[in-house]
Amino acid sequence: MTSKVVVVGAGVVGAACAFHAASAGLDVTVVDRGAVGAGTTSRGEGNVLLSDKEPGPELDLARLSRALWEEAGEELGSDSIELEAKGGLVVASTAEGLTALRGFALRQATAGVRTEPVEHVRDIEPHLAPGLPGGIHYPQDAQVQPVLAAAAMLHAAVARGARFHTGEIAAAVMGRGDRLTGVRTVAGDVLPADAVVNAAGTWGGEVGRRLGASIEVLPRRGFVLVTEPLPRMVRHKVYSADYVANVASSDAGLETSCVVEGTRGGTILIGASRERVGFDTTMNPAVVARLAAQACRLFPFLRGIHLIRTYRGFRPYCPDHLPVIGPDPRAPGVIHACGHEGAGIGLAPATGALVTAHLLGRSWRGADPAAHTGLLPDRFFTSGGTSK
Amino acid sequence: MSDPADLIVVGAGPAGMAAAVTALTGGLRVVLIDSGTAVGGQFWRHPPEHARSVIPTEDLHHGQREYHDLCETLSVHARKGQLDLRLNHHVWSAVREEDGFAVHTVDRREAPQEIAVVLRAPRLLVATGAYDRQLPFPGWDLPGVLTIGGLQALLKGGGVAAGSRVALGGTGPFLLPVATSLAARGVEVVAVCEAAHPRAWLRHPGPLLRNPGKWAEGAGYALTLVRHRIPLRPRTAIIRAEGGARVTSVRIASLASDGSPRPGRERRIEVDAVGVGWGFVPQLDLLITLGCALTNSADGNAVVAVDKGQRTTVPGLYAAGETCGVGGAVLAVGEGRLAAESVLADSGAAPVLGTKRLAAVRSAVAAQRAFARALALAHPIPPAWSSWLTDETTVCRCEEVTAGVIRTVRAEGACDHRQVKQLTRAGMGWCQGRMCGPAVHCLAAPKQAYHPTERLVATPVTLGALADLDR
Amino acid sequence: MSELIIDGKPLAFVEGQTVAAALVAAGRVSWRTTRVGHRPRGVFCGIGVCFDCLVAIDGVGGQRACLIPAREGMTVTTEESTDE
Repeated sequence: MTSKVVVVGAGVVGAACAFHAASAGLDVTVVDRGAVGAGTTSRGEGNVLLSDKEPGPELDLARLSRALWEEAGEELGSDSIELEAKGGLVVASTAEGLTALRGFALRQATAGVRTEPVEHVRDIEPHLAPGLPGGIHYPQDAQVQPVLAAAAMLHAAVARGARFHTGEIAAAVMGRGDRLTGVRTVAGDVLPADAVVNAAGTWGGEVGRRLGASIEVLPRRGFVLVTEPLPRMVRHKVYSADYVANVASSDAGLETSCVVEGTRGGTILIGASRERVGFDTTMNPAVVARLAAQACRLFPFLRGIHLIRTYRGFRPYCPDHLPVIGPDPRAPGVIHACGHEGAGIGLAPATGALVTAHLLGRSWRGADPAAHTGLLPDRFFTSGGTSK
Repeated sequence: MSDPADLIVVGAGPAGMAAAVTALTGGLRVVLIDSGTAVGGQFWRHPPEHARSVIPTEDLHHGQREYHDLCETLSVHARKGQLDLRLNHHVWSAVREEDGFAVHTVDRREAPQEIAVVLRAPRLLVATGAYDRQLPFPGWDLPGVLTIGGLQALLKGGGVAAGSRVALGGTGPFLLPVATSLAARGVEVVAVCEAAHPRAWLRHPGPLLRNPGKWAEGAGYALTLVRHRIPLRPRTAIIRAEGGARVTSVRIASLASDGSPRPGRERRIEVDAVGVGWGFVPQLDLLITLGCALTNSADGNAVVAVDKGQRTTVPGLYAAGETCGVGGAVLAVGEGRLAAESVLADSGAAPVLGTKRLAAVRSAVAAQRAFARALALAHPIPPAWSSWLTDETTVCRCEEVTAGVIRTVRAEGACDHRQVKQLTRAGMGWCQGRMCGPAVHCLAAPKQAYHPTERLVATPVTLGALADLDR
Repeated sequence: MSELIIDGKPLAFVEGQTVAAALVAAGRVSWRTTRVGHRPRGVFCGIGVCFDCLVAIDGVGGQRACLIPAREGMTVTTEESTDE
C-alpha cells in the first residue's frame, strides 16, 4: 500500500489523479514546470464523449468517466467547471454514411451507450445545412471547460492536503533493493514518494524515460477555430460521421473532420485537425481554411461569421491509440496515466480513479483495475520487459 | 504587377512607407499592404485621397514634407508597375514557406464583403506599428471615453472631434499633439493630466541634449498649450469617469511618487469626452507567430529583437518602426530605410544610400532610440495604478471581467495573464486581449515585461473567406 | 453631404469619413450594448483594435464602424436596435 505519491503533470489528468488520490487519503504532491492546465488541457474543446468511441477498453473507461464527471460536477459545482450535458449529434452526409453510422451506433448501444436515431437532424439542430440524410443523437455527450475543471480538481485536492510544486522532473530516486523512494527535480529538490504517476500528457514519453520507464507517447497536432461570440446557434456537439474514422486512424498526413459546437461564452468552436508533425508549432493557414470550409458546409450561416482566434495543441497518443494507465512492469512504483490523445479531458476523472485504485490496491469510486486491463502498459512489453 | 515580388511590406505607416520607397528605389518589386484607406499609418493618418479637399487635416500633421515625398515616390513606382499597393487589405496570418513567405490577407475594399488574397515573396518586412496602451479605471468604459489615439484618428481621418469639453490623461508626449489638435478644432481641453514628474527627465538628460529637434517640437506644443490656455497638470491622473449614457465628469487626483492618489487631493471636472493613453503597445502578432525572438523594451513591452540592419532572428524577415520598440515617426522612417537597405544587401542588390548617408541614418537611429529609451524611463506606468480600481471596475471590456474577479484568481495562484485568461475569460473576446492584456499582465505579474499572447489569427476574418481559400 | 441609413433613419456624412466618424459627428458616441452587462458602448480606440464600435453593415455583423468608410445608401444596423 502506497502512502506518498508524486503526480507529474498538472493538466486535467494529473489534476484528476491528485483529486482522487487525495480524496482517498493519500499524501499527494503535484509537480509541473508550468501552471495548471497550461499544456494540452488549455488547447482542447473540453470533450466528454461517448459517441466517438467504439466498444472496447476506451469506451469502458469513458462510461465510467462520464459518471465521475457528473460526481465531480456535484462536488465542485457544475457551473464553476462549465459542465454541460449538451448531447452530441453525429450527422452523416450520404446514405451509405448513414448506414455505416447506424451500424456503429448499434454496437455502441449494445455496449451500454444511449443512442437515438434522428431522421430530421434540423428538428434538433435548426441551422444545419439542408439535405443531410440523418444522424444519431448521443444524449450522454457533454462538455467541460478544461482549465477551470483542472484548476477546480487541483484546488479540491489541495483542500484535502495535496501540495503543488513548481519544477521539472529529472529522475527517480531509488533506495535499497531498487525501491522507489522519491523523485528529483531539475532544480535538485527531492520529493519523497513511494509511487510516482506519469501524467505528463504529450510529454509523458520524456517523463517516462527520466523515470526509467520509457513508453512511446507521440504528439499529434490539432488546430481549433474560435468564432466571434454569438447568441446560441449550435445546441449540440455536432460532428460529421467521418470524425470517428479519423480518431481511430493511423494515417501520417493531415486529417480533418468537422466538429462544431457552441460554448457558454457564446463562441463557436470548430475542430478538428490531426497532423503528425512532431512538436512543430507553426501556424498552418491551409488547415484553418479546410476546417472553415467543412464547418461552413455543415452550418452555412457560418460563412458570414468571423474567426477571431485559432489555437493549436499536441494530442498525446500511443501507437495503438489507447491511453496507457497502470503500473509499469519494469519500474516498480511508476504508474503511467497518459496517451489519451484527443480524449484526455473526457477520460480524466476515470483515469484519476483508476490510478488511485492501482495505488490503493483495490477499487476506488467504481474503478476496478481488473476491469481495465486492456489499458495496462504491459501490452507494450514482453514478459521479459523488452518492447514488443 | 505581373512579375513576382521581391519584398512584401506589411504596414504603410512611416516605417513601411520609408522601407518600401528605399526598396523600390533600389530596383526591387514591392507589395505594400495596409488595412487603411490611405497610406500613412496612424501617425500620418489622412482621409482617403478623394476626400482631402472636403476634410482638411494638413494643419494637424508633422513632417508633412517627408510624407508627401514618400507618397510621390510610391505613386511613381505604382504607375510603373513596380509597386503593388494593397490598401484595405487586412493581414490575418503570415507564414514561412519553402521559398519565402506567404502573407494571408482579406481584401475588404468592398466591405463587408471579404475576399481571401494570398501574397508571396522571398522576403517580408513587418511594420505593423502600435496602439495605445490602456490602464483601466472606474468608468473607462463609459461612452465618450476614448483612447487619445482614437481622438486623434477621428480628427486626422474624419475631421471630427469627439467632444466639446475634453480632459486628457495618461503619460507620455503623445498627450500634447492630441491636445493641440483638439484645440485647433475649437475643442476646450480642460486638463492634460500627465502622471509623470517633470523632473524625471533630469535623471537621463543626455539623450534629450543629443536630440535638439525634440526640444523644438516640445517647445511648439508648449506654446500652443499656453496660447489655448490648456492646463498641463503634472503628477496627476484621471482616476474615475462618471456619467450615465455618456461621460459627464472626471475625477482627477494628484499622485504620490508611487502613483497612488494623494488623499484629499482630488477634484471633479465636467467634460463631455475623455482621452486616455499610457504609451503604446507594439503590434507583434505576425512576428510572434513567425517565431521571432523578442526582447524587453524600457517601456515594459516585449518588442521584436533585430540586429543593426533591422533583421529579425528569422531569415528573410525584417521589422521596422514601433514593433522594434516605440520611438515615434522619425525613428520609424530611419529604421524603415535601414531595413530596406538590409533587404537590398541580402538580395544581392546595390545599396541606395551611400556609405556616408547610411552611417548618418544609423547614427540618427541610435540617437532616436536612446531618446525613446529616456522617454520610456521618464514616463513609466505608475506602480500603484491598480489602487484606482474598485473590484467592480471592468478590466476586460469584451468579456466584461472585473478587477475583483481577476484579483480573486490571482490570490488563488494564477501567475500570468495567460492563466488569468483561461480562468476568467479576460482577453478571450473580440479584441483578444489587445485592450486589457497589458493591464491584466500588470495585475498578475507586475515585475515582468509584457509578452502578449500568441495570436495565430492577427485580425478577425470570416469563415466564408477562409472556406473559399480551401478550393 | 451624403447619406447612409442607420436603423432605418438617414444619417448625413462627409465623403471620406468612416461610419464611426459620421456617428460621432452627429453627436453619438455609443451605439451598442454589451452581451453580459448591457452597458452602452461606441467608439473607443478608433483604429480597429478594441472592437467596441461593432455594427452590421448591409446585413453583415461584426463590422468595425471605425474602419468602414461610409458610403451613400449603405445600411447600418446597430445592436441597440436588435438587442432583446
